[in-house]
Amino acid sequence: MTRVTVGLSTCGLAAGAEDTFTALGKKLADLPEAPELLRTGCVGMCYQEPLVEISNGDGVRYLYGHISPDKVGRLVDEHIGKGEPVGDWLVWTSAGKGTDTAYLSRQHRIVLRNCGNIDPESIDDYIKTGGYLALQKVLEAKDPDGLVNVMIESGLRGRGGAGFLTGMKWRFTRQAPGREKYIICNADEGDPGAFMDRSVLESDPHSVIEGMIIAGYAIGADHGYIYVRAEYPKAIDRLNIAIAQCQERGFLGDGILGSTHAFHIKLKEGAGAFVCGEETALMMSIEGKRGMPRVRPPFPATKGLWEKPTSINNVETFANVPWIVMNGAKAFNSLGTQNSKGTKVFAMAGKIRHGGLVEVPMGISIREIVYDICGGIRDDRKFKAVQMGGPSGGCIPAELQETVIDYESINKTGAIMGSGGLVVMDETTCMVDVARFFLEFTQRESCGKCTFCRVGTKRMLEVLTRITEGDGKDGDIELLEDLAARVKNSSLCGLGQTAPNPVLTTLKYFRSEYEAHITNKKCPSHHCQKLLTYTITDDCSGCMLCVKACAVGAITGERKTVLVIDQSKCTVCGECYKVCNLGAVHKD
Amino acid sequence: MQTHRRYSFKNQHFVGEEGRLIPLLQQVQAEDGYLRPERLKEIQAKSGIPLAHIYGVATFYAQFRLKPVGKYLLRVCHGTACHVSGAVELSQAVEKHLGIPDGETTPDRLFSIETVSCLGCCSLAPAMMINAATFGNLSPSAAVKVVKKFQKGERS
Repeated sequence: MTRVTVGLSTCGLAAGAEDTFTALGKKLADLPEAPELLRTGCVGMCYQEPLVEISNGDGVRYLYGHISPDKVGRLVDEHIGKGEPVGDWLVWTSAGKGTDTAYLSRQHRIVLRNCGNIDPESIDDYIKTGGYLALQKVLEAKDPDGLVNVMIESGLRGRGGAGFLTGMKWRFTRQAPGREKYIICNADEGDPGAFMDRSVLESDPHSVIEGMIIAGYAIGADHGYIYVRAEYPKAIDRLNIAIAQCQERGFLGDGILGSTHAFHIKLKEGAGAFVCGEETALMMSIEGKRGMPRVRPPFPATKGLWEKPTSINNVETFANVPWIVMNGAKAFNSLGTQNSKGTKVFAMAGKIRHGGLVEVPMGISIREIVYDICGGIRDDRKFKAVQMGGPSGGCIPAELQETVIDYESINKTGAIMGSGGLVVMDETTCMVDVARFFLEFTQRESCGKCTFCRVGTKRMLEVLTRITEGDGKDGDIELLEDLAARVKNSSLCGLGQTAPNPVLTTLKYFRSEYEAHITNKKCPSHHCQKLLTYTITDDCSGCMLCVKACAVGAITGERKTVLVIDQSKCTVCGECYKVCNLGAVHKD
Repeated sequence: MQTHRRYSFKNQHFVGEEGRLIPLLQQVQAEDGYLRPERLKEIQAKSGIPLAHIYGVATFYAQFRLKPVGKYLLRVCHGTACHVSGAVELSQAVEKHLGIPDGETTPDRLFSIETVSCLGCCSLAPAMMINAATFGNLSPSAAVKVVKKFQKGERS
């Protein structure tokens, strides 16, 4: 039986997959033997959306990229009608053909094992792939201590960023006194540049829920919360559906699958505060208060939500759990490096040719991810840096692209693993501006509890802003370094302690760019608008387009002669540069 | 507003629990589009939570609005990937087209612009959302075109 599947998660929908789905529905209905038309989540090839997969009766799967509604006719006529795959649009086949085979063949999918393969709104699909078998196995074994040991042995570390051993966290919570305990799934994915948690929740919500139920059994908790960002409506919808299905089938509730274990899950919607990704702030938010972090210790493992022992883990961490239970600790810890086991999902974005989700074994180098898997830099520009770890992380320069991905090696560069957002930057990206962007973010998101985080980040932002606007002064770099050290040392939570990282890493690797801004009043990447000078070269044909575009009348000259920009009038808005068809406006 | 979400208060917290304030505020905002002072007083009367505490929570979280919003809420993403891909220009173009700055609503109450930190569509940067629909790979002019489509739909 031929099956046609369309990827319908947020990336796909934004690229118009819903229209493709509708068009396919109409087209397929006309066929004498209508193939099954199915929905799935995110395949991970976001740059190829909308994605359509056709699997023939012979078991071979064909993945087509960029299938807009107008391409549906030809696709169905040729592939299904005549039985000839459309070579032009083919990106991947399970038989090893297609233009983008490298993107998927180098990956090792554990967390994303079902993403793009199953219908996220169908529990039967999940069960067909072996779902909830891990839960059964755990309940039958009746050995929570053994389960915790397996998790420790597997070497799984928290995928939210800090990288604490998940099994240890479970053990502490299990051993903490008290009858009532809680499991929290941290799905408040706030790092700009990271979207793997959203994809997992949208594409395979049951794997996360199963992971949570297993964690509940290991710790002895009856209640769990999923704290999910309100910005992810699709993920919330699919989680609500999945939770209802689990309650119906007896995977959630009292006496799960005939055992004495009970587990209930509530879905808590975040209200838009980045700091709530921090565990103590997140718990405050669940308790209905302002999301402000508190001093640790006591750690959540002993005193967490409602003062009860709580284990709080990330979405990706939970998605790993059922796989480890089924395949054993050995299978997991044979992947990766000495201290970082298993795989990690990265969200590739920025100036990369093939942006999307990639799951790779730990120990792979940055270069391999950027070039071998993701096809290098867009428009063949020069690779400058990758930003890892969001606002808490830092920029790793292209010279260090051989750095391997594991918690310790990344920390050594000054960046952090973080949740796994990897934003690639090319030669047109100004690093001072990137640092300013992150400070603007942390300054806005600081909860205001600690003075140095509240005021210090604001002062740092002011200094960075004036540098990018050409008003930088001698001593600004030293002032930034001094403030950075104080903010780092005097803040309570991770947000403040790591807020200076983007500034510190760019200062470490791109100090000359700061100096060029301050001393020469030039932006080497030609990005900072106020530091640019526009001139017209001899290539000018005198078409007068720029004259019309200039709002202040700074461009003068006769038609069909080389025009001139009056620098005293020019407001460096860049409109002339944008409208010139000949590239005759030069920016420096 | 936010009609796209099947908002469920019941699914959000366990019975007899204190942490109901944020779900309550979300529910009120889902109904009215923003938090009207009368509704905050209503919550105070029914739950016994002090008004100062309610106001504190309502002003802490970015999601809560004390001012009404337009029928269409434009959320322009300013995440890292969007920032390096030209989100600033995109914002400028949309703001210029609608004639309002970030955070404001057009006089006809149709459009509001809001800058957000990350929509999680980083591989489609720069991106923006209009109510529940996400639009990706936008140029400034493409973004304006999207807005115009909504404006046209309103007129006809």
